[in-house]
Amino acid sequence: MIQIDSPAKIAEIRENCQQAYARQKTRFLVCAGTGCVAGGALAVYGELKRLISEKGISTDVELLFEGRESEAGVDVSGCHGFCQMGPLVRFEPKGIFYTKVKAGDVPEIVEASLEKDTVVERLLYENPDGSRCPTEHEVPFYNRQKRVVLSKCGIISPEDIREYFAVDGYQALAQVLQSYTPEQVIGVVAESGLRGRGGAGFPVGKKWLSCLKAPGTPKYVVCNGDEGDPGAFMDRSVLEGNPHAVIEGMIISAFAIGASYGYIYVRAEYPLAVTRLQKAIEQARQRRILGDNIMGTGFSFDLEVFQGAGAFVCGESTALVHSIEGYRGMPKPLPRARTTEEGLWGKPTLLNNVKTFAFIPDIIRNGAAWFTATGTKNSPGTAVFALTGKIRNSGLIEVPMGIKLREIIYDIGGGVPNGKEFKAVQTGGPSGGCLPANRLDLEVDFDSLVKAGSMMGSGGMVVMDETSCMVDIARYFVEFTVDESCGQCAPCRDGMYQMLKVLKDITTGRGKAEDLVWLEEAGQAIIRGSICGLGQSAPNPVLSTLNYFRHEYNAHIHEQACPALQCKELIAYWIDSEKCVACGLCLKACPVEAITGEKKVPHVIDQAKCTKCGICLEKCPKKVSAVSKLTGQQRISILEGV
Amino acid sequence: MEKANAILVEVFSHYHGRREELIPVLQETQDVFGYLPEEAMRSISRFMRMPESQVYGVATFYSQFYFARRGKHKVKVCYGTACHVAGATRVLETFERELGIACGCTSEDYEYSLERVACVGSCALAPVVVVDEEVFGQVDPSKVVEIVRK
Repeated sequence: MIQIDSPAKIAEIRENCQQAYARQKTRFLVCAGTGCVAGGALAVYGELKRLISEKGISTDVELLFEGRESEAGVDVSGCHGFCQMGPLVRFEPKGIFYTKVKAGDVPEIVEASLEKDTVVERLLYENPDGSRCPTEHEVPFYNRQKRVVLSKCGIISPEDIREYFAVDGYQALAQVLQSYTPEQVIGVVAESGLRGRGGAGFPVGKKWLSCLKAPGTPKYVVCNGDEGDPGAFMDRSVLEGNPHAVIEGMIISAFAIGASYGYIYVRAEYPLAVTRLQKAIEQARQRRILGDNIMGTGFSFDLEVFQGAGAFVCGESTALVHSIEGYRGMPKPLPRARTTEEGLWGKPTLLNNVKTFAFIPDIIRNGAAWFTATGTKNSPGTAVFALTGKIRNSGLIEVPMGIKLREIIYDIGGGVPNGKEFKAVQTGGPSGGCLPANRLDLEVDFDSLVKAGSMMGSGGMVVMDETSCMVDIARYFVEFTVDESCGQCAPCRDGMYQMLKVLKDITTGRGKAEDLVWLEEAGQAIIRGSICGLGQSAPNPVLSTLNYFRHEYNAHIHEQACPALQCKELIAYWIDSEKCVACGLCLKACPVEAITGEKKVPHVIDQAKCTKCGICLEKCPKKVSAVSKLTGQQRISILEGV
Repeated sequence: MEKANAILVEVFSHYHGRREELIPVLQETQDVFGYLPEEAMRSISRFMRMPESQVYGVATFYSQFYFARRGKHKVKVCYGTACHVAGATRVLETFERELGIACGCTSEDYEYSLERVACVGSCALAPVVVVDEEVFGQVDPSKVVEIVRK
């Protein structure tokens, strides 16, 4: 095994690895991210391997390093970010992109790609107009993206460091160790204007500089992989799909600030990311990229993975530090020193997000100007969003900062499906806010989102249509923060709890007009009084929905109505006796036997028994459409037996 | 009892008893027993030379630690934003009905445990349910019935 005992060796090993790639005529890459695995990707992988070797085609699971050529390789890749279309299979070198592949499709794929040099049409991505996209580049979801941090995800196997070498991996590290001083490294990062991708957007160069200057040893580097925002999975994707990029970024930062040890804090819910990271770390150690005397330059740094144990608040830097130290994940009360000065065990600690570290190798290799060429003046570069919810193409997207929200939702996301209308998009998770349709022309970057009453946060973007109740969404986020609050300070612990009570009252028809005034006042107080970012941003979903969707709150309070027909206590399922054909489908399906009726007798729902599960509405044939949801006065009339 | 002690000795042999090892020790103990039994917590407090109250203080803070025996099959319904918007509440209610247990509880025969969990990170497949290590996407009430049958 070639060890990198000097930075110059990197060029040699890259050559070797690229040649190994060239010796493999074709390759199938099966996405083995969590999403595709859920869809059966491992069965597809197994079947591909089996069938190809059965056919006698010389195949290799790993890249070869000497001698013979191979016809076809089969390998696993990391998450492409288009999980709803999974399992995904890429066929190189043509880059043919197969979607929703099942193990049973494998014979057809092998025949088409290896024997006949054609494609299997029905497995290609289909545009709304019926046309098909043979390669990833042609899929609208992808071709409007600018994938930097995500660029290697889905293209290489994350389980083999040699694939990372082949795509210029660890070149930046070699460059830094060979020719830069720590100050120079920080200079490049500062010049690039990179802002932390964890959510707060703090200038990365500034943070590194303050850590370099902080007195004390040893110094630590910590990667925040506690991606707790519900609706965000980009860090998972990067950790699963290209762990080496994160490791390389961390080693470079360690060199820049003078750190000797690092931790990658990964939340417990990401077991695959943990395994991939541990493998990557082991492989890096074997090659002299981690550990003592890295690349023979005398610089030493090592890393380990720390698994979270299930606490959203541990994403907050001081809480994360306490967690690693073996304590409850409670943020440090104010006044407090910055983590860069007093972090782990009171020592200077550099803490950055997964994506932030993943950007570093490219910034070093391509230069600061390359990075600032994309994005906006105050938010250069690209941003990764997890676009989910009521959207046709959901998944991870990486786009230049400054792109219009409209382009993300409609051009990349493909708009809202099922003939529904766009209502709002929630950005920034529980710390963010909702943006309505009249904000679709917003140019997305750190500052513009804050100005509009939301924030970028981790990058979650949940799209909602007319069937989403904004009051319920606010209640959902507050319930989350109440659950996850560490409980230290009264504004967050007690204030958010009270907010939840009020929101629950409103969604169950017991709200009062004064509640809205109280929510706004309490929200401001909680923001001002909380110790940490969790409490300081917890009221945001409530305040932003009150700002843009006050009419919905009012409908709940004054009309006993839920306009989106979601809040259970304010809706009733009802069968229109003039439409009902007494087919009995709903009656049979009702799980609580709340429907009565016989042949030729219109069916009736017993409101007292009905649990509002909605199965009757689903079962009623479209042509009949006798079941509907009522709210407000209509519902009250039904309940009163009018 | 003897066996449990032997297991714990094995687990502790991987550590030095330093404060920062507490969470990994708890995690490994739970991996072995399936939850954190009282006796194990007592042993951990002795090994770490910490008051038991402090060990509990840390363990109870984190949602991944359980203090009661759980079912053989662990059903976790994701409650992330995308899953919520896609109808996770209905999926949870259907599981409650089909398995006959309330959320957060274990069945009497210790076959199943049902709980709500924070975002699993597979949002594009919402609603998501994880049974043991298997991830199920786009779950609706009829799929729930299928899953339970399996």
